Amino acid sequence: MNPDLLSLKKIGKSFPRVGNDPLVVLDNVDLQLKSGEIVSLLGRSGSGKSTLLRIISGLIEASSGEAEFKGRPIRGPSGEMAMVFQSFALFPWLTVLENVELGLIAMEVPRDESKKRARHAIELIGLSGFENAYPRELSGGMRQRVGFARALVVQPTLLLMDEPFSALDVLTAETLRTDFLDLWVEGRMPIKSVLLVTHNIEEAVLMCDRILIFSSNPGRIAEEVRVNLPHPRNRLDPTFRKIVDSIYARMTTHNAKQSPQSDGAFPGLGLGMVLPDVSTNLMSGLIENLAQEHKGRADLPVIAAALQLEVDNLLHLAETLQLLRFVELSEGDIALTAAGTRYANMSSDDRKDLFADHLLAYVPLAAHMRRVLEERPDRSARISRFLEELEDYMTEDNAKESLKAVIAWGRYAEIFSYSESATMVVLLRRDAVTATP
Amino acid sequence: MSRPLLPPISVRSARLLPSRWDLLALPIILAVFVLFAHTARSMSAPLSVVETAAISLDPSALPAYALMTTLRMLAAMLLSIIFTFTYGTLAAKSRRAGALMVPTLDILQSVPILGFLSFTVTAFLGLFPGNQLGAECAAVFAIFTSQAWNMAFSFYQSLRTVPADLNEVTYSFGLSGWQRFWRLEVPFGMPGLIWNMMMSMSGGWFFVVASEAISVGNTTITLPGVGSYVATAIAYKNLAAVGWSLLTMLIVITLYDQLLFRPIVAWADKFRFEDSASAEVPRSWFLDLLNRARWVQESAGPVSLAARQLIRRRSIFPRAPLNFGEANPVREKWIDRLWYAFVGLIAVYAVWQVFTYTRSALGWGDVVTVVGYGLITFMRVIVLIALASLFWVPIGVWIGMRPRWAQIAQPIAQFMAAFPANLMFPVAVALIVRFRLNADVWLSPLMVLGTQWYILFNVIAGASAFPSDLKDVATGMRIKGWLWWRKVALPGIFPYYLTGAITASGGSWNASVVSEIASWGNEKLEAHGLGAYIAKATESGDYHRLVLGIAVMSVFVTLLNRTIWRPLYNYAERRLKLG
Repeated sequence: MNPDLLSLKKIGKSFPRVGNDPLVVLDNVDLQLKSGEIVSLLGRSGSGKSTLLRIISGLIEASSGEAEFKGRPIRGPSGEMAMVFQSFALFPWLTVLENVELGLIAMEVPRDESKKRARHAIELIGLSGFENAYPRELSGGMRQRVGFARALVVQPTLLLMDEPFSALDVLTAETLRTDFLDLWVEGRMPIKSVLLVTHNIEEAVLMCDRILIFSSNPGRIAEEVRVNLPHPRNRLDPTFRKIVDSIYARMTTHNAKQSPQSDGAFPGLGLGMVLPDVSTNLMSGLIENLAQEHKGRADLPVIAAALQLEVDNLLHLAETLQLLRFVELSEGDIALTAAGTRYANMSSDDRKDLFADHLLAYVPLAAHMRRVLEERPDRSARISRFLEELEDYMTEDNAKESLKAVIAWGRYAEIFSYSESATMVVLLRRDAVTATP
Repeated sequence: MSRPLLPPISVRSARLLPSRWDLLALPIILAVFVLFAHTARSMSAPLSVVETAAISLDPSALPAYALMTTLRMLAAMLLSIIFTFTYGTLAAKSRRAGALMVPTLDILQSVPILGFLSFTVTAFLGLFPGNQLGAECAAVFAIFTSQAWNMAFSFYQSLRTVPADLNEVTYSFGLSGWQRFWRLEVPFGMPGLIWNMMMSMSGGWFFVVASEAISVGNTTITLPGVGSYVATAIAYKNLAAVGWSLLTMLIVITLYDQLLFRPIVAWADKFRFEDSASAEVPRSWFLDLLNRARWVQESAGPVSLAARQLIRRRSIFPRAPLNFGEANPVREKWIDRLWYAFVGLIAVYAVWQVFTYTRSALGWGDVVTVVGYGLITFMRVIVLIALASLFWVPIGVWIGMRPRWAQIAQPIAQFMAAFPANLMFPVAVALIVRFRLNADVWLSPLMVLGTQWYILFNVIAGASAFPSDLKDVATGMRIKGWLWWRKVALPGIFPYYLTGAITASGGSWNASVVSEIASWGNEKLEAHGLGAYIAKATESGDYHRLVLGIAVMSVFVTLLNRTIWRPLYNYAERRLKLG
């Protein structure tokens, strides 16, 4: 029996807030990691998966639950785990060699040996000849290779990867993934196991033995998917496609289950809904694309490829449109509603009217803001007034983003006008609203 | 300066032969060492020697004087760097300490530095009785006070904005606090720190000249240096000697720039945080020379190796434990309250002390008079900054939009900002005396004589950075004349202009202490104002009036910053930032 390398039991993380209930980021997370497997944490941005990664690495402490590595509780960073960062996190003033040596210096490895080991790691990851280059001289892909070399050189047992490929262009990311998988399959790296945080479904299916689907607010593991395909995996293989499709479906249906009132997939209800800052241009674009290219219904992965959207952004976009009742999501499919089809065929002024109706009818925050503004003699209010109100329901950042989103939508619909310098929202028109939910 | 790994011995010995660059580099370095060593020894002479040895107005004495002046500058800069690393770090690392230390720094930046002199001279003379070292320390300390605050502030701000991911890297690899300081925090703060060092240096020359010839009450000290040379020249109405000192400073500042600052700026380019390669890499012939000179490289080897070993070590201090475990918010809040209450009490006590001290000799009438003087100086500063802006902004924009001109004009403007304007004062004063002009009006321009250049070179920088596509749009739509200034040029350079104007305004307040009162031989000129008030109080050793004057000026400067400059700056940052 292969013992657990990493074991998390009922991990929770919450942040205290002044004058408010603590903000729960992670709730009841159980996770076991064995030697010899690559496991991914797949979830939307802001679902707390990066927080979980930082708890595992010892950078922050869990509020509750037990985190053990090799049977010992995790207390602060140890030399047995190393992390690869989304932003590469290289020191621009250190050369490639010096960057790679960083962890060895902390371990007080003698100078000569540390140079030797660093050179070896650089060679392994395919960067020989660039030892004395500075990061700014390298391309993105090469920079992330330095990030990998820096993590591998300390010979960690577990490699933690925080969206390591998401800042790279498609082609570079693919090369780096396959190079990494080659090294892994050939057993040329000292690592025993890999934990990969990502929001890219295909990446997870391509690389991992197990995929843990993360749901947000609070973050917890919703489902587990096993991938038994042998390496190297082929993205066009029907089995591969089937797994990707099923994960799409699970990620959308799961979220729909969460809020039975079908307020889209947004956590919380009413004012507590966290709204993503999705541009109205993109919304129109997706509706038009669905109407014209796909007869009103399409597979989400197909749309993702057609619009060249990251999964994360696509889901935000699709769910916002679902909230506004322009589309419906089911089983990994996206389909226009009757209103959505009408919208696609309208002139730009009519579109604004329809959008305004739906915005006021289905987005509680927009309706609430209109009510507040209507009561005021000058029909205007400071933005901070709404911000404070929202902060009762969500974090400051979420409140800012939600408000920003609603204001942008309201500006497009010509419901609100907003002056950034005065930080005031003013109600424009729409005294009579036709649509009712 | 990253060098490749040391090759095997045989190759190394071949490299040991001097290169032709050594012929140039070695003599320069050796000469600097010898000169400084010699000068430093003469600075610890007994005080009686200094007091009796009069300053010689013979131009041949000037090189030695210039060297001593430079040495004081260097000592002060070294002190400032040490101060920056300790004070800035402490203020950034401890939230509670920061709550006290940061506002303190903010106030210290606004206090008229020349007002400090009289206190520190007395203190340091007491520390080293009968030795020149006391007076030297006082002068160095005066320069230090003109340099340290903005450097520490810059470093503090850098520490607060260290990128989170890099911080996580150092924690996850378990770097010690000492290692993190040298690998991450210092390099990250370096570009800002060096820029502020250059600004400080510019201001420093002004104060070194002002602080060498000090008279507090009936103690008069004349330290050998360019400042004293000028003071003596003024006493003897020797315009030719003033000219010689101007020339000397010109040379000194040029050398300083070429041998010290250019190389540092060129070297520090690698600490720039932007990942993209920049179009323009600062270069320095002297740095290139040092890099090519083999003997210099070899002899620097052990030093640099030792330095590397030192910052490689895990600890000089014990390893700071990772801030682990939930802080109890309620308890934290109580500790905060206690701490702030304590700080508040100290502040109240300090204000009370100042109040009772000045109260013992002065009445409310004096306060009204001083505030009145403050208003006069305030008007002067505002009017002069406005005039200087009207003059320099159009010129700066014109130059900045023409890259070839900008390349020539920019270093000149920076140089003029560094040049101690007080060396020019005698020339102006001599003219005012000659033509019997009104001191209240004609002494005023001296305040911006040195500081106007900050406006010019910032405007040039802003205009040079103005995006060429926006310029093209304006040309394409035939936007011209006043409309062009209003809609295109002025908003485009405003953030830069503001930086210049803020620096210029701060400098002008300081300069008022030496420019509102001036003499030429036995002729005395005096303008009404707070600067003159402080200067007179210093001269007569009247500490009560001095404290009152300094306090009022600090309040004025702080209020000006808070009510005008900072809101404007925030506005510019928010609305007018390009790119």
